[in-house]
Amino acid sequence: MSRLGTIAHQLYSGEVSYDFVGKRRRWYAVSAVFLVLALVGLLGRGLNTGIEFQGGSEFVVPNTTATVEQARTSAEAAGLTDPVVTQVGGDTIRIQSTPLTPAESAEVTAQLADDLGVPSSTIGVQLVGPSWGADITQRALQGLVAFLVLVTIFLAFYFEWRLAVAALIALLHDLLITIGIYALTGFEVTPATVIGVLTILGFSLYDTVVVFDKVKENTRGITASNRVTYSEAANLALNQTLVRSINTSIVALLPVAAILIIGVGLLGAGTLKDLSLALFIGTAAGTYSSIFIATPVAAQLQERRPEMKALAARVAARRSGQEGRARRKGSSSAGATTTLVADEIGDGAEHGTIAEQMSGTAAPVQSGPRAQPKRNQTRSQRKKR
Amino acid sequence: MRARQSRQRASQGGLRGRTGDTTVAAPTQAGGRPGRTLAILGLLTLALMVWTFWPGQQHTPKLGLDLRGGTQVILTPTSATGGGAITDDQLKQTVEIIRQRVDGFGVAEAEVTTQGSGSSATIVVSIPGATNEKVLETLSTTAKLDFRPVITVDYGSQAVTPTQSPSPSASGWSTASPSPSASASAGSGSASPSPSASASASGQGAPVPNADSASPSPSASASGSASPSPSASASGGVTTAEGGLPPIQSPKNDAAFQKAFTDIDCSETGALKGGPTDPKLYLATCSVDGGLKYLLDPAAVEGTEISSASATLAQQGVGWEVQLSFTPEGAQQFAEVTGKLAQQPSPQNQFAITLDGLVQSSPYVSSAILGGNATISGSFTAEEAKALANVLKYGSLPVSLEVSQVEQLSPTLGEDQLRAGILAGALGLLLVVLWLLFYYRALGLVATASLVVAALWTYCLLVVLGRTIGYTLSLAGVAGAIVAIGITADSFVVYFERLRDELRDGRTYRQAGDIGWVRARRTILAADFVSMLAAVVLYFLSVGSVRGFAFTLGLTTLVDVLVAFAFTRPLVAVLLRTKAMTSGKMWTGLSPDHVGGKMLERATGSVVVPDDDAPAPRQTLAAARAAARDAEKEI
Repeated sequence: MSRLGTIAHQLYSGEVSYDFVGKRRRWYAVSAVFLVLALVGLLGRGLNTGIEFQGGSEFVVPNTTATVEQARTSAEAAGLTDPVVTQVGGDTIRIQSTPLTPAESAEVTAQLADDLGVPSSTIGVQLVGPSWGADITQRALQGLVAFLVLVTIFLAFYFEWRLAVAALIALLHDLLITIGIYALTGFEVTPATVIGVLTILGFSLYDTVVVFDKVKENTRGITASNRVTYSEAANLALNQTLVRSINTSIVALLPVAAILIIGVGLLGAGTLKDLSLALFIGTAAGTYSSIFIATPVAAQLQERRPEMKALAARVAARRSGQEGRARRKGSSSAGATTTLVADEIGDGAEHGTIAEQMSGTAAPVQSGPRAQPKRNQTRSQRKKR
Repeated sequence: MRARQSRQRASQGGLRGRTGDTTVAAPTQAGGRPGRTLAILGLLTLALMVWTFWPGQQHTPKLGLDLRGGTQVILTPTSATGGGAITDDQLKQTVEIIRQRVDGFGVAEAEVTTQGSGSSATIVVSIPGATNEKVLETLSTTAKLDFRPVITVDYGSQAVTPTQSPSPSASGWSTASPSPSASASAGSGSASPSPSASASASGQGAPVPNADSASPSPSASASGSASPSPSASASGGVTTAEGGLPPIQSPKNDAAFQKAFTDIDCSETGALKGGPTDPKLYLATCSVDGGLKYLLDPAAVEGTEISSASATLAQQGVGWEVQLSFTPEGAQQFAEVTGKLAQQPSPQNQFAITLDGLVQSSPYVSSAILGGNATISGSFTAEEAKALANVLKYGSLPVSLEVSQVEQLSPTLGEDQLRAGILAGALGLLLVVLWLLFYYRALGLVATASLVVAALWTYCLLVVLGRTIGYTLSLAGVAGAIVAIGITADSFVVYFERLRDELRDGRTYRQAGDIGWVRARRTILAADFVSMLAAVVLYFLSVGSVRGFAFTLGLTTLVDVLVAFAFTRPLVAVLLRTKAMTSGKMWTGLSPDHVGGKMLERATGSVVVPDDDAPAPRQTLAAARAAARDAEKEI
């Protein structure tokens, strides 16, 4: 536990830090591979949509000892065209076929009940009209678009538009990967899956909001100093919230995993399985993207701003100057850097530890325990006193 | 040593520097009276529980059909006239007709609701329990409005005084004012305009109101009299909906049909469910309230020929009346039929307005109504007149219904799903609690208690909402609630991590609790707002199970905010004032060892010094200068 605590602390202080922002290309590449795979799957194989989207009929016969073969024979005898018969769960058989009218389905139900030895009242029936699937797909897309627009407005208002765009990119990344996995694996897409996918929206953003909130805090008034670049401050925020991100993701995934386990183990198929599977994939992707995609993209967008470019230039100039001076003084480069940096930290830099992050550009991965003494006083702090 | 002290002071100063004046004020408020906040929440919770578990009420949420078995049908209405969106009134009228059909079957607790509006509206019919295929079949058929000349009216068991009686019809549509023309026209076929009814707005003709005032004349029904009988189909027999229930139709008004008519019992279950009718056939049916039995001709004018209908204040007499206009073709047909009817004896001078095979009203006619404008009068109340106007207006523009989805689930399967849902919820909660306890120790207990409070609130609200607004909990809704465990616990994680961050910065427990909360609060609200946004958008733009999910997600998000603000936060504030919680022991989850940072330095009395760095360069110029400055100021 103390080990965990130490790591958490080191992440917080910046002693242990991974340069997510600096190494963004590597992670973009990883995502790009996934996205290409997802697109290939989506365009190549397409989604295996359930009868809710295609229209059709489905009969679920629970508690039966009949075999799949028996069920198929019975279904064909009842006049179903090309019935797809599958065993779901332990003793439940599912038969899917083309659309039927309620009257036709009643006949099929009776036949199945006779042949498979179950009371007809226990047979579950689902009939879906051919145009209904297109209808709900359209609604889901409408909902998606409406949500994206609204949430972008909210985020642009709450943070600013660049962060909103970054959050949106991360979100689309999650959606596409989730849908791609569905295409590649051939998991069935049902309305419950759509619910799951739509819920990912909220989940994925939750993580991103947590990280961005810290980014916002760390970068407030950053241009007033010439100490750290936006990317560095953002990266520190990312590292500081890493434990939190992982914890919220674990906590979010645990109930989803519970639904998945119960849904698959107890019921075999249906709403619970479909919903939780989509959620599981999406939440995992959401955790990944909030760390590896959202913040790096946000940083990249921010660095395009003239004032951030100017800041980066000032920081670079200052560092090279410091190094020169440090060399002249003949003291250890790192020590001198931090010392001087510590002296000059601006109002906006809220944590003394941001200063430590400074040297992060030179050596992005700083996993070794570094010196502690760089807790600094900021000018503002001094003023307040 | 001096350097360390100065650093500590620095970070104390940093506290003020960072939070600023506005935020510093907040924690003192938030942390000021945690006990009171907890007490208020306790009272609220108690009140909610009393409301929820009040004796004699249902104490469980209203379960959806997928959790208790039954049939759900989603109907998509489209305008039968092709194109054009469906108005809300039309939708309402359609729902009314469907409800009538379902209720007619005597199905208990069936629900007919609409979701969405305009072109995206759907009608959801939920029928609990075992499935009745017949119900399904009748659901999607289009209701038709027709004007049919009356052959016979049977008042059934109702005691009737002929002629002068002010409308024995309890239908309420055309409550008859005793009209002089009614008796005058009986038998004579007089075409004289009725003085009481001639007040048609158009002035074009005498529309003739008044209803059902004729004497029962079973004899008149023989042979179908003078009515035009276009039906030439010889083959068709008497068609009935089911078991002799109306509406019964026949191509010929023959003995078998007469017999069927006589056998109708309008008080029988299912007699008033209505159903599709063929305008070209004879019709034997009941009035919409079951009070009267009619034998009717094929339709003289079809409802589609009505161009408008509205309720207006009667121009003469009292109360309200209904004005209606026909299309040019309808006007001609109407003129023709009213011309014929006006010469008939009662009750054959009446025409019945049938909607969905049931007679809504049967005004009599005393003269031909020309010009396509008519008024139906008869001391209607405003509501009655509006209802009839709606029937005329929207019944005539029938909405055709497409069965988009039928889902039948046996109660056993529903039970299985419910059990699985509850089990998944319990398992999910257990896993989350275990993780929180493992990682946060005593704080994990706070989180667990918070989750329990949140679960209690969610359950009570679901029960209460089921009772008050009829919210039904579906499997997707259960899943939403389980998923919400994670979202709720996320709020605690955000707060606890913030709390520990502040401790790492060297704050005292109380400070950390307050300042950490101010920071976490913003994040929690922003994240919950996003969740809420998703829930609201999903709720309004989706149908069926998605809505159920969105509703519980939104509800639990609100509960999350409530619990985080009114329970978790004050509880932590109270605990951080106790000696036990601030003892720094391992079990508190706030031990220096566990948190690290400044806390550890302070606790062990030494700086955590990594090996290789020599202490010298760390005693930096800046730190020394700062320390000096601090010292100066303190003096």
